[in-house]
Amino acid sequence: MKNQVKKSHANQAYQLYYHGMMLPGFIFLILFNFVPMFGVIMAFQDYRPAKGFFGSDFVGLKHFKYLFEMPDSFELFRNTLIIALGKIVFTTIMSIAFAILLNEVKNRTLKKSVQTVVYLPHFLSWVVLALVVKNLFSVDGSINAMLGTSLNWLGSNSLFQPLLILTDTWKEFGYGSIVYLAAITSIDSTLYEAASIDGATWWKKVWHVTLPGIRTTIVLMAVMNLGNILNAGFDQVYNLYSASVYATGDILDTYVYRVGLQGLQYSFGTAVGLLKSVIAFVLMIGANKLAQKYTDSKIF
Amino acid sequence: MKADKFRTVIIYIIIILLGLVCLLPLLNIVAISFSSSAAVEGNMVGLIPVGFSTAAYEKILEDSQFWHSFLISVERVVLTLIINFVLIVLMAYPLSKTNAQFRGRNIYANLMIFAMLFNGGMIPTFLLVKSYGLLNTVWALVLPGAVPIFNVILVMNFFAAVPKELEEAAFIDGANPLQVLTKIFIPISKPVLATVSLFSIVGSWNDFYSGLIYMSKATYYPLMTYIQSLQINVEDLIKQGNLSAVVDSASLGNTNLNAAKIVVAVIPLLLIYPLLQRYFVSGIVVGSVKG
Repeated sequence: MKNQVKKSHANQAYQLYYHGMMLPGFIFLILFNFVPMFGVIMAFQDYRPAKGFFGSDFVGLKHFKYLFEMPDSFELFRNTLIIALGKIVFTTIMSIAFAILLNEVKNRTLKKSVQTVVYLPHFLSWVVLALVVKNLFSVDGSINAMLGTSLNWLGSNSLFQPLLILTDTWKEFGYGSIVYLAAITSIDSTLYEAASIDGATWWKKVWHVTLPGIRTTIVLMAVMNLGNILNAGFDQVYNLYSASVYATGDILDTYVYRVGLQGLQYSFGTAVGLLKSVIAFVLMIGANKLAQKYTDSKIF
Repeated sequence: MKADKFRTVIIYIIIILLGLVCLLPLLNIVAISFSSSAAVEGNMVGLIPVGFSTAAYEKILEDSQFWHSFLISVERVVLTLIINFVLIVLMAYPLSKTNAQFRGRNIYANLMIFAMLFNGGMIPTFLLVKSYGLLNTVWALVLPGAVPIFNVILVMNFFAAVPKELEEAAFIDGANPLQVLTKIFIPISKPVLATVSLFSIVGSWNDFYSGLIYMSKATYYPLMTYIQSLQINVEDLIKQGNLSAVVDSASLGNTNLNAAKIVVAVIPLLLIYPLLQRYFVSGIVVGSVKG
């Protein structure tokens, strides 16, 4: 009895500690995450820096109406979706294929060296890789030399999206394969033995054992990517695009930066950003529900 | 059996080719940085420097803005690392408790998940950072990312899996939660803490976006923003009618200089890459495929 009283007392004191430990982090979250959320009110105002958040005039949905009437809007959303989706699809396929092939490599030195090299681009900034890409894909660069062409990859509207998808896949497939490789190594090896006894070929084993074995991981990753479907990658696009490829290369994030922030159209830029945030939020919540339903695991 | 061997050979070839595809473009840049500008402009450089020259690196040594920006980057990385680490462990520990042990835990957790999934966007965040008076200070590069929520969750999951007996024994001995965190949880969680620390270092070293948004002058730029600002886009200059700048950038022949700059900028990452490789594999696997 006495012991119990003492324990609950101690627990009471712990509560204070726990709240105290959360406090510093929450001060930063409030200042830099939650307060800006209230800043989205600007999307419904004609924000003037001189008048501030509280003095600027409310204009209702004016900026959203303008966004939907603006001829560039369709292009912006289309570019964002195509680029983001292209990256997700190609990176996923390449990552899975690479993981399956790498799992076949029994030579440890080779395996380790290749892993070291293919994971590296993930850790490099697009500022750095943009120079690599510009160098490779310039009109007189190595890629054109190998193909025997003189294509203007960086300056042509028809080639810019494939370029973005290709180079992002190049950067991320190695890192992306880590999760799948881990899933493959945890597949029960007796399943492969049984398949061999049944006379299954390598392809059959990949199709009937490996892929079903990593199904959960594939679904989970696909679902997580769903939330990123409007994130076409500001860093990459900003470092590679130019005015001549705005028609296919401009995405929501670069548009908000260029027109909203640099062009000082604060309210309009906020409206575009808000629309994007809301759609992404709904998608993430939906994705989490899907993950729970199909894989019994949740993302958050 | 013969088919098996054949397949293995094909797989090894594909794997080696993919490795080379990742490696060669980077080696090409290193070779360019050590070549003479004439050879670079003539597109003669492959994987070995042509007309070996360290002129580009000598130029960087004299570029005071480069080293100034380099120091700003070092400063922001150190500050980010310390602040992230302290806030991550402080928050992950109480969050790893159940809602019965820490009343209010779920409210905090839900607020954090909300903050991770929804944000005010670029412009409101910029205006607030401005109103806090942080523009053109190193704090604008550090404080908006003070709490990396995803990493808090990663560490929280790790803490939650620590055997309860360890903690209970310490509490019976009269330790308080802060002591339990520093004496038991932090030492036992070295791999995951190494992972999130390395993420902090890499993320903040590579980030050019904060510098672009929050710094109005090149003197305040961190290294990546500085390097980015040098990538003059000739086509855009032509569109703006700025022909003298076009001529400048063409006559400078600065491809090898830029190459040398990114080589120097990547060296710090290469130095910690062996460490990264040791920890990030376990880190992301823990983070992304937990049941």
